Amino acid sequence: MDIYAQNIIDHYKHPRNFGVLSQADFKQQELNASCGDDITVFLKFAGNKLKTLSFTGQGCAISQAGISILSEELIGQTKKQILAYNFEDIKNIFGVEISARRYNCAMLGLRAVQKAIGDSTGSK
Amino acid sequence: MIRRTDFPILNKKIKGQPLVYFDNASTAQKSRPVIEAVSNFYQNDNANVHRGLNPLADEATKKYESVRNLVADFIGAKKEEIIFTSGATAGVNLVARSWGEANLRAGDIVVLSIAEHHANIVPWLQLQKKIGIKLEYIPLEADGSWDLLAAKKLLNKRRVRLLAVSQVSNVLGIINPVAQLTKLAKQKGIVTLIDAAQSVAHLKIDVKKIACDFLVFSGHKLGGPTGIGILYGRQELLLATPPFMGGGDMISFVKSDSFGVSDLPYKFEAGTPNIAGVVGLGAALKYLESVGYNSIHKQEQGLTIYFLQKIKKLKAVKIFGTAKAKLPIFALTINGIHPHDAADILGQAGIILRAGHHCAQPLHDYLGVPATLRASLSFYNTKKEIDYFVSKLAELIKAFK
Repeated sequence: MDIYAQNIIDHYKHPRNFGVLSQADFKQQELNASCGDDITVFLKFAGNKLKTLSFTGQGCAISQAGISILSEELIGQTKKQILAYNFEDIKNIFGVEISARRYNCAMLGLRAVQKAIGDSTGSK
Repeated sequence: MIRRTDFPILNKKIKGQPLVYFDNASTAQKSRPVIEAVSNFYQNDNANVHRGLNPLADEATKKYESVRNLVADFIGAKKEEIIFTSGATAGVNLVARSWGEANLRAGDIVVLSIAEHHANIVPWLQLQKKIGIKLEYIPLEADGSWDLLAAKKLLNKRRVRLLAVSQVSNVLGIINPVAQLTKLAKQKGIVTLIDAAQSVAHLKIDVKKIACDFLVFSGHKLGGPTGIGILYGRQELLLATPPFMGGGDMISFVKSDSFGVSDLPYKFEAGTPNIAGVVGLGAALKYLESVGYNSIHKQEQGLTIYFLQKIKKLKAVKIFGTAKAKLPIFALTINGIHPHDAADILGQAGIILRAGHHCAQPLHDYLGVPATLRASLSFYNTKKEIDYFVSKLAELIKAFK
């Protein structure tokens, strides 16, 4: 990431879909213990499609702007489609160069979302 | 004399930008004499030491042992008291596993400071688990220096057996008054271990003046190769300490049912050592002496004052460790910007920094921050580089505002 990563910086300063969703079907927290990145996602489905996705958290711009950007991308998609997302997709969506050392930051939000719907037992 | 041109890597460019190497607390860059000494050893002298009765092994052994003498002179010790290790971490572990396991009992107290590097915490936590020793931590003043009153109180506790502290914190850069505590410890019969990993590249070390029992450092932080370090131990203590690893130079004889242990210092050197590393360490020490600690200190104090003056203008920046006795090691946080983002983005501009907890998680918990951004300078850094760093940091703060 460089200083010209305007999209990331914009989402970091003005996160979209930020906040608690009290009527969520799924809730999941994910942490990067070594750097203190912290994301909790809230998901509500309409049938098989994701209707609402919100999040709370704190940490670096890659993790926080990342889930903000991702939230806009994932709303309207099916569980199967969401579970198919990987690091390559994340790099395309973020639109910036993500170095290997930022992998965990970049993947934190997606991991939370996929864990939330992949393992529905106990995450509700 | 300080000559930046002695360090070839400093000519490097990153994405067209000159390299600004501000991660010296992680590892220092290598001067040409060090690079040439290592290369020359492999090209002309390579042989195993203390083993062959041949001229090549003789030469390698001579070079290897001459560095032991050099290190001994360098820190004011005897050559029998200089053990080659793989680094400061290995030194602390050797003391913990050999001296510690032979001398510490359940309920005995080891006093550390809260600013210690993990390498001077975890070996003692391992003994806590294994033997049941207790750990006590010296707290800090607001400026990052030791709370000396609390430290003295801790040393007055009845079952304190060891004081193990760093001379300089790798995060705060504060120079700790170690001799004050070793003196008190000595009066009370408490054994002392000094972690000089962070101080040795900046301060002249004299084990007699520090009056410690053990002292450890790594070669790579003073401009030598990685994988080589020194454990100093007072002869009397090393004699009474059982050997650590078995094999190689530590053996005097082996029978099918017994073995004998070599004399000092070989007693603690098992296996083929890092011979080229030792040769490189020797070259690094000679290089440091040729520059001179007085010049180093003068230059680094100038950089420290300049850095603090410049950074003060950035209101979003908070520096941790502001006591006056300070090396040019600066841990900082920036309001609204995570240290990882700052290190990543400034790295794209050629500025090499470290972000995270710098192997000092208990200190970061104590400071109440998950991570800091660290700029650590050496004598070969310049005021121009500080200007560049501060201007790029100002741009970053503006972009995130």
